This record gives sequence, structure tokens and C-alpha cells, in this order.
Amino acid sequence: MSRIREAFVGGKAFIPFITAGYPDLETTRQVVKAAQDNGADLIEIGIPFSDPTAEGPVIQTANVIALEGGVTTDQILSFVKELREKDQITVPMVFMTYANVVYSYHEGGDAPNDGADGEDRGRFGFCRRCAQAGIDGLILPDVPYEEKGEFREACRAAGIDLISLIAPTSEARIARIAGDAEGFIYIVSSLGVTGVRTKITTDIGAITRKIRSVTNVPCAVGFGISTPEQAAAMAAQSDGAIVGSAIIRIITEHGREAAPEVGKYVKCMKDALR
Amino acid sequence: MATTADASGRFGQFGGQYIPETLMNAVIELDEAYKHYKKDPAFQSELSTLFAEYANRPSRLYFAKKMTQDLGGAKIYFKREDLNFTGAHKINNVLGQALLAKKMGKTRLIAETGAGQHGVATATAAAYFGMECVVFMGKVDTERQALNVYKMKLLGADVVPVTSGTATLKDAVSEAFREWTNRIADTHYCLGSVMGPHPFPTIVRDFQAVISREAREQMLAAEGRLPDAVLACVGGGSNAIGSFYHFIDDKDVQLIGCEAAGRGIDTFETAATVSTGRLGVFHGMKSLFCQNEFGQIAPVYSISAGLDYPGIGPEHAYLHSIGRAQYVPVTDEEAVQAFEYTSRIEGIIPAIESSHAIAHAMKIAPAMDKDQILVVTISGRGDKDCAAVARYRGTVIEE
Repeated sequence: MSRIREAFVGGKAFIPFITAGYPDLETTRQVVKAAQDNGADLIEIGIPFSDPTAEGPVIQTANVIALEGGVTTDQILSFVKELREKDQITVPMVFMTYANVVYSYHEGGDAPNDGADGEDRGRFGFCRRCAQAGIDGLILPDVPYEEKGEFREACRAAGIDLISLIAPTSEARIARIAGDAEGFIYIVSSLGVTGVRTKITTDIGAITRKIRSVTNVPCAVGFGISTPEQAAAMAAQSDGAIVGSAIIRIITEHGREAAPEVGKYVKCMKDALR
Repeated sequence: MATTADASGRFGQFGGQYIPETLMNAVIELDEAYKHYKKDPAFQSELSTLFAEYANRPSRLYFAKKMTQDLGGAKIYFKREDLNFTGAHKINNVLGQALLAKKMGKTRLIAETGAGQHGVATATAAAYFGMECVVFMGKVDTERQALNVYKMKLLGADVVPVTSGTATLKDAVSEAFREWTNRIADTHYCLGSVMGPHPFPTIVRDFQAVISREAREQMLAAEGRLPDAVLACVGGGSNAIGSFYHFIDDKDVQLIGCEAAGRGIDTFETAATVSTGRLGVFHGMKSLFCQNEFGQIAPVYSISAGLDYPGIGPEHAYLHSIGRAQYVPVTDEEAVQAFEYTSRIEGIIPAIESSHAIAHAMKIAPAMDKDQILVVTISGRGDKDCAAVARYRGTVIEE
């Protein structure tokens, strides 16, 4: 069992998303610690991308500000290693980023993972660095089932999970995607991009029933969740709830003092799932 | 034909479908519908009629006699896509996609636009077919091309200024994709170039291939032989692939794509993807992109809003990789000179995008033999660029 599966063993999982380097890495460190201390079961760390096409305005802005602050993939990898080694972060962590951040790491493209030039490059090098840093999995919203082969190959070589996404429009694709999933399955709650929604109308129960008919890989619901009531409702039909934009909003509001506020929020959300 | 996407939508290693799961069934549905209608004689006949009666096709292959004499080398022919209805090659693709969308039961078109030509063409087709239309356009471009914004609104489209990122073409594409994930059932994303996820590069290529199908026949009729080279400007690459396609198997015809070098390929203010970019995955495709060492997409620059894009279509990346086509950088200054030169010597004001291709023809024609032939695609008319070129030359024009 991978470390990711352990996050789902003790009941419904609460999974916060945090953009690394927003507004700076020191704040991210405090926010991650506050999230773990207050009951987060698994933490998604976002590596900012210049053009995050699956994100709504809140996370787009966080990406822009983090990159303007100069944060790089290498800094984030070192940062995660420190979280594991110095900050006693023991919950599973996954990276959420875009295909090109992985594929073009150190201008690597399809470079093999032989480190021959003394540097890890491309998808293999990126995944190897992830594993060394203590990352357990990878979420790539612009890599669907059809394109996951080359990324899965690199994840396997490094021993980390590539997380599959299922959407409200997936329909007949659900069984195929779920049957091949590892770590956990990310159920996209609604059409559109990330961001807070007042109401989620997708029949999540119908999706999880299809998933469970082919796999016991746990599934968590994300996109649009912000309130404890929504989280409880989504988790009741699945194995957990993922919250991104609502947390980024707290960081936007409180800046470098955001950690205690995020901690309070995570506690409130986790309590709703107990 | 020499280049065809394989079943997974790839030209060699380029292409693919790197998009959110939410859109996968939409592109699969589009692919199946296109495969069906591509072979449907009624669809093809309807499209041909639209091309002829609405878009003013075939476009002329025009012998630029004065320019040829002045440069003193190869004979120069212009493929006059600027004479199409709405003033550019964009209408070819838009009529095809709008007709396809209509057959698929879609009632709403969304599109991105750079210079505004694709937006105007999409708004035109939406008006013609009685469909709703929303066009995403970078805020910077809405200011550079205010007249086109007005035209789109006049035609009944909503124009959404995009402020994210660099507020130019790439951000308009991102925003159009975001909108598509939000509303799929009644909406077709009418992508304007040979880019994005499969099947878009193939669909757009097929609708634009009319350019080279006509040009090849017209050239044989005029000269009894094929040209030595075909030149076209390349941003995403739709007019270029349209100009190249039916010449790909003619190995003696050189294919030359002219990229926007902006202030030069040794500066950061450039949009020349083949010269300065490298392999990556973005906007649904694996192709060449301008990017930094960590895969962050680079801000690009060109005087031409239509070429101001950090990537290139996958079929171009493939033609480049196998050496079948070559891609050359052309600076703002060279393009502006070609814009002015063509206006003066032939009385034709070409789009600043097309002026990049003319500029390269001006470089190579003088050294060629008088019996050699160049075909240069004038992808659009330059009326829309007059204010920007005047500004470049230091004059402010009040509209």
C-alpha cells in the first residue's frame, strides 16, 4: 500500500491544496504545518505554472504571484525535502502541476533518467527528484487517460503514484480510468475550472458507484468545495474532500499571517468529515 | 498525403490530446463527427458552395510583376487570401467548423483571437448560421485592434477582454479552453489555428488546405510548372499549413514558414518558436514552445498580434523535424519595411502577419534565377494594421 492509501484508512480524508511560494515559501511552510497539525490527511502542493488552464481566477492569481516572487521547481523540491526532514511533515504529499512543468524540467523533454550530465532532466528526472524529496504522487490536470503513458512510466520508475481524474462528463470512460488508477482518484465535482461554487449539482454518488464497481482505490471530490456542509456532503458519497480555492483565498486575505487562519479552517473542515 | 495524424492524433511525436478529462468526450465527439462529415458529399458540397458564394473563393494567384522586376530575381506570385470575405484566410476554417458545429447540433460558438481576424470571421459565421458567439481576446490586443472589436460586436458577438497572463493570444486561448470546460453541451470551440488537442490541428488544416489546392492548380495553369518555393507566415500556423499542404509531396517545392522574430531572436522580445523554443506540452499538444528551463511558458512579443504566440502547430513541428519545411525568423522592422514596400510597389496593403512572409521573399528573390518562382501567401489585408505601423513609425493616427 502506498503512503497515499494510508491517508484514507482513518475515515473520510480532508485534502487541502496549497500553491507553493504564495506569497512566499516561508508562508507555505507554516501553512503546511498548520494544515497537518489540524487534521489534514494528505496535502496537495501546487507547483505554479505560467498558464494554469484548469484554474479559476483565485488560483491563477496565486500562480502568477508565486512566479513573480521568483519561486522555481528546484526551490520547491528542496522545500518539500525540508518539510520532510526538518519540519516533521509526515502526511502524504502530492504535487499538483501541469504537464510541461514535468516534461520540460531542466529542459529535459524525453531525456532518460541516467543523470549522465550530472543533472536530472525531463519527466524521469523530475519524478526521481520528487521521490527523493518525499513526494508520494503527482496530479496533472492536463494529462488525461490517453496521454498518461509517458508520465506514468516516469512515476513508476521513481516509485510515486500518478493520480487519475474523473469528471462529470467522463461517463463511459469512468470504468477504464478507475480500473487503471493508483493512489487515489480525483473526482472533479463540476464542469468548469477550480473555484468556489455555491452549489454542486453533479450526481457524485452515481460516479463513485461506477468507480467502486471496478476498483477499491479511494476517491476524493474536489473543485468548488468551500463550506463544511459541502465537504461533508461530498465525502458522504466518496472517501474525502479536496479544497483549493477557499484556502488560497484565506492566504490572499491574511498574507504572511495566514497559517493560524488556515489551521482553524482545516480543523473546521476536518471536524465536518468526522 | 505525406503527413497525416495517426490514430492518437500525432504527427510523429508531435500533437496528442493534453487536455482536462472534462473535455475528453467533447474532443472525441468532435473527432467522430468530423470523420463522418469529411466523407459526406452533401457536407462537402455545402462547404464548397459557402466558399464560392459567401467567402469569394477561389482566391486569386496574382503575378507581382513590378515587385519581380524591382527585385530582379525569381518571379513572385501572391496567393491573395486577403481578397476573401472578411479579409483573411481565417474564414476558410471558420465556415468549415461552423458548418460542422451546426451539424453536431451546437448552437453556440466560442473562439480566441489575436489580431481579431479569427474573431471577426467566427462572429461572421455565427451571424450567418444564427448561432450565439463569444470571442476571447487579450486586453492588449483589444487595444491594438479596436476596430476589429467593434466589428465583432456589430456582428452580434460578445467580446471578452482577457486580462490574465500577458493579456495576448495565448491567454485568450487559455480562457477559451476554460470557458469550454464550463459549457460543453451546446458549445463548439472554434479554434482558429492548427494547434490545440487532436482533432483540431487536422480539422483546421483540412479546411485551410483549400489554399494550396487552388494555388497548385493556378500555378500549373499560369506557368505549366510548380513553384520553387512556397512562403507563408507562421504563428500557430494555419495559413502556412494551408499553403503548404498540397505541395508536401512535391519534393522539389521548398516550403518556408516565416516566424515573427519581434525585435530579434537574440532578444527576449520575440515570438520565433522554431528558432528559440523547444519541445514541450501546452495548450493540448506536444510541440515546440518558447519556455524557460523549468517549462514556464515565455512571454512572447511581435508587432503582429496574429503571430504573437509562444507555440507552433504540431504538424509544423513535424515538418521541421523531418526537414521537409524550413522556418526562418523575420523581425518587426523587416516586416514593416515589406508592408510599406508592397503597398507602394504593388498597391496591395498586406496584413503585418503576411508581411513577414513577403519580407523573406524580398531577401531570397534577388539571388534566385529569373526563371525560378516563389509563391507568397498574403494571408490577410493590412487595413487593420495601418494604425499600428504608423505608430511604429512615430505617427499617431486618430480613427
